[in-house]
Parts: sequence; C-alpha cells; structure tokens
Amino acid sequence: MTAMVKAEGVHKSFGPTHVLKGIDLEVAPREVFCLIGPSGSGKSTFLRCINHLEKINAGRLSVDGELVGYRQQGNKLYELKDREVAEKRRDIGMVFQRFNLFPHMTAIENVMEAPVQVKREAKAVARERAERLLDRVGLADKAANYPAQLSGGQQQRVAIARALAMEPKLMLFDEPTSALDPELVGDVLDVMRSLAEDGMTMIVVTHEMGFAREVGDSVVFMDDGVVVEAGHPREVLTNPRHERTKSFLSKVL
Amino acid sequence: MTDKLNKAEEPGDAPPPTPAAVPEVIRAVPVRHYGRWVSAVITVALLVLLVNAFAQGKLNWGAVPDYFFDDDILKGVRNTIWITICAMVVGVVLGIILAVMRLSKNPVTSSIAWGYIWFFRGTPVYVQLLVWFNLGLVFEYINLGPIYKDYWSSFMTPFLAALLGLGLNEAAYMAEICRAGIQSVDEGQTEASHALGMSQGKTLRRVVLPQAMRVIVPPTGNEFINMLKTTSLVIAVQYYDLLQAASNVGRTSGATVEMLFLAAAWYLVLTSVLSVGQYYLERRFARGSLRQLPQTPWQKVRTNLFSLRTRRGNV
Repeated sequence: MTAMVKAEGVHKSFGPTHVLKGIDLEVAPREVFCLIGPSGSGKSTFLRCINHLEKINAGRLSVDGELVGYRQQGNKLYELKDREVAEKRRDIGMVFQRFNLFPHMTAIENVMEAPVQVKREAKAVARERAERLLDRVGLADKAANYPAQLSGGQQQRVAIARALAMEPKLMLFDEPTSALDPELVGDVLDVMRSLAEDGMTMIVVTHEMGFAREVGDSVVFMDDGVVVEAGHPREVLTNPRHERTKSFLSKVL
Repeated sequence: MTDKLNKAEEPGDAPPPTPAAVPEVIRAVPVRHYGRWVSAVITVALLVLLVNAFAQGKLNWGAVPDYFFDDDILKGVRNTIWITICAMVVGVVLGIILAVMRLSKNPVTSSIAWGYIWFFRGTPVYVQLLVWFNLGLVFEYINLGPIYKDYWSSFMTPFLAALLGLGLNEAAYMAEICRAGIQSVDEGQTEASHALGMSQGKTLRRVVLPQAMRVIVPPTGNEFINMLKTTSLVIAVQYYDLLQAASNVGRTSGATVEMLFLAAAWYLVLTSVLSVGQYYLERRFARGSLRQLPQTPWQKVRTNLFSLRTRRGNV
C-alpha cells in the first residue's frame, strides 16, 4: 500500500532561517498522525508544505504517491503550474488555527463555496451536502449565521465542515484548538475523533496530548526542525526515550 | 472554589431576594452651562450678520429659483451627472486593474502600474484635460485600421476629452484605494481559499475583493463626490456641464453671480444625494463584519417613535 504522505529528507528555509532540517516520515492511509513539539520546531511549516502553501527547498515530499508541487520526467523535475497545484489541493483538506472562515459568507455558504466554485457542482447538490456536514459537526441550526455571529469553537467546526465538503482523502489540522477557549476545545476534538473513527487520514499538529494519546495512531515529536522521536502514542508520550522529549512533555503535561 | 461561593450566598433558608422598590426619582437643579449660552448667542449673531449681508447685497435672489429648472441648466445638470458616472466607471475599472497589476509578482506589470500612478497622480487634472484636448498637435489622425479613421480634432470631442482627462486621473487614485483594500484582507483568507483548491483568480474574485470592498467603498464614495465637483473643470475642454450652463445663462440673463449661487445649490443637492447612497452602500458591504447591522435613519426614526409611545404609555 502506498503511503498517503511520504517525506524524505525535507528541508525548508525562510531566508537565512533553516526551519526544517531533513524530515523523514511516512503516514499510512486511515492513520491519525499527530505532530507535537515546542513552538518554532517546524511542525506547522511541515504541515503547510504538504499542500504546497510553502515550497520545500530540498528532499522529496509526496502525497498519495505523487510529488507535491513538481512533476518528474526522467531525472528532471518540472514545477507545476498554479492551476495544477490547485487541482491537487482539492483532495487535501486543511483546518487552520485561526479558522480563516470567509467572513462575508454565512456558515452554509462557506461550506458550499469550494464545491460550487471549484468542482462546478450544482448549488442544490452542494447545499444538501453542506446541510449534512453542518449537521454532522452539530451546527445545523447555525447555517444562516455569519462567522462573526459564531463562537470560536463553532467557527472551527464550520471550518472542518468546509474542508470536508471537498471530500478530501487527507485532512491537515494546524493547531485546530489553540485559539479556542478551554471549554470550547472539547466540541472540536469530538468532531475530529468521529472523523478518525470513520477512517479519515489525518495529520494533526496539536498541543492536546490527551487527544494524541487517545485518538492518535502515531505521534512524532519534532524539535528544532528535526524528528526527535516517533512511534505509538503510548510509547512516545508515556515512555519517551530522548531527553528533549522528556523535558517537553514534563512542561506540557 | 465555586462551592465556597455558593455556600456563602446561602444564608439559611432566606427567601429569594425580591426586587427592591424603585427609589425616588432624583430631582436636582441641573448645572447651568452659561458658557454654552454665550457661545451659541455669538455664533448665531455672526450668522445673522452674514446672511443679512448677502440678503442686502446687490444680488437679485429671485433669479435663482426662476432659473433653477431652466432647460439649459437642467441640460448642464444632466451632463454633469453623466460625465461623473462615466469618469468614475473608467476610474474604478482601470483602478482595479492597476491595483492588481501593482500587486502582481511580475516586475514589469507592477512597475508599469507604479509609473502610471506616479504620472497621473503627480500632474494636475486641469493640465491633463488640456493636454487630451490638444493632443491633435501630436497626432493629426486617429487610425484604428479598418474600424475607425478620422482627424484627431473631430475624434476628440469635448465629452471624450473630459472622460479621458477625468477618468484616467481618477484611475490613479482608485488604484491606490483598491490596493489598500486588497492588502487589508488577512493573508489567512487567501491561504484558506488556496487550500480549498481555488485558483488565484477565483480567490481574488470570490474571497479577497468582496472583503476588500469594505475598505474600498467609503473612500470611493468620497472620490465620487469629489469627482462630481471636479467635473466643473471640464469647462477647459468646452464640455457643457452645470457650471458652463450656469455661466451661459448668467451671461444672457445678466444675473452672472446669481447663477453661480444656483450652480452651487445644484452641486449641493447632487452631493447630498450621493452621500445618502454611500451610506446604504457601506451598510451593504458591512455584512458579516458586524454582528448587527446599524439601523438606517428611517429605522431609527421608527424605533424612537415607538419607544416614545411606549414610554408615554407606561407613565
């Protein structure tokens, strides 16, 4: 079975700052893959590389067996056109820390936007699916509300529904609960848990160690642009082998 | 902690607190603002003097209402409105294009846009109008192949010269307004749109521009009002606008200065109408950014009347 995401020696710099210093990892289909680590360790940057919001400088990164951002012919790499990049992003859903809902559209319009505009789906079909998805994240009654009229937790659940509307094969979560009030975190995590139960492949950058332990199939601890430790959540979180992992976990747990 | 608090608030089986009786309404002697009275009297007195001076002046005020709906004046008003709208359309469309060019990653297009803005914002619009009108000295003919061919002087009508002069100048200002608007949209919006698989163009049209509009509309309203007044300069290219009409009528009727007041009154009427339009347009583009849209003046009047009625009913 091909890996859903495969990274080999991925490097990324922003100017003089070397953010990713050779990342190797593999995410299997239907796996829930949690990335943890201190801020500035490169977790979010790596996540953004997967759907080509950031360009990698060296190494190989592929999603579902296809290179991200490039096409290989013989020994040569060709950069993909914007249109081709956009086409590949359709299959990868992304949820942001700051939600990034479109504020000028209601909840249901947010969810319908991409299917109608990108897949050219009929509005009635898109609306029906959007209603189903909003119902799934527990917000059927908020369909007509604008994002400004929703709480952070509700906005993030709409954002998840919006990503799901494209029926992605992979979902990326970039610290989805970090901007939320503590009592709103649970609702978002519940939605993510139910997604995991349905077999969605998920890569989750998170500080929620509880979620990583319960739902994660594997956990990777990153620090300073490298993977320090990877393995089953039970091992990494309760029995870390590396000093750096231990000291990080002692601070967050 | 909450337990403790709850206990503290439970003094035995105390009955639930009943709402306290409304205390006596305060009746105090208000502070007298004598300064306000003095300044009000002074300003009103000055105003009266000013109005009196104009009323006593050797002006035939009766001529203003007499000619207010004169056919020539109305034609000028129509032309002023028409050239304002046309020039603003040119300005807005070209301005958006220039803003997108200026923000593009292509260094050639962005420098061309920069140069355009530099030139058209850096020279007076009056000079630009004159230049367009007199460009016949440079181009004797205009030749668009099989489509159109004519002498420059008959091609460059007063209307076209006014349109180009005002519109191209306006585009430079609109470009800067649009650029500010586009840049005001959070980068996360573009990222979210790209992550959904939307193309650059779709992202701009569906996500960025609608949000940029909230920043673009208020200054555009100002530009519109400004444009309406700036059209009075088209007298330079012989375009028959409101001011031209007013001075023509003034010359034939002998009420030259009175007709200037008439023109001023018409400009005030038109800009007032535009201000109202701007208010409603801004309200429309505030959708989603405010939890509750502000009331329109009419709604305010209605709620105030209603609350007055209930207040009276209660007392």
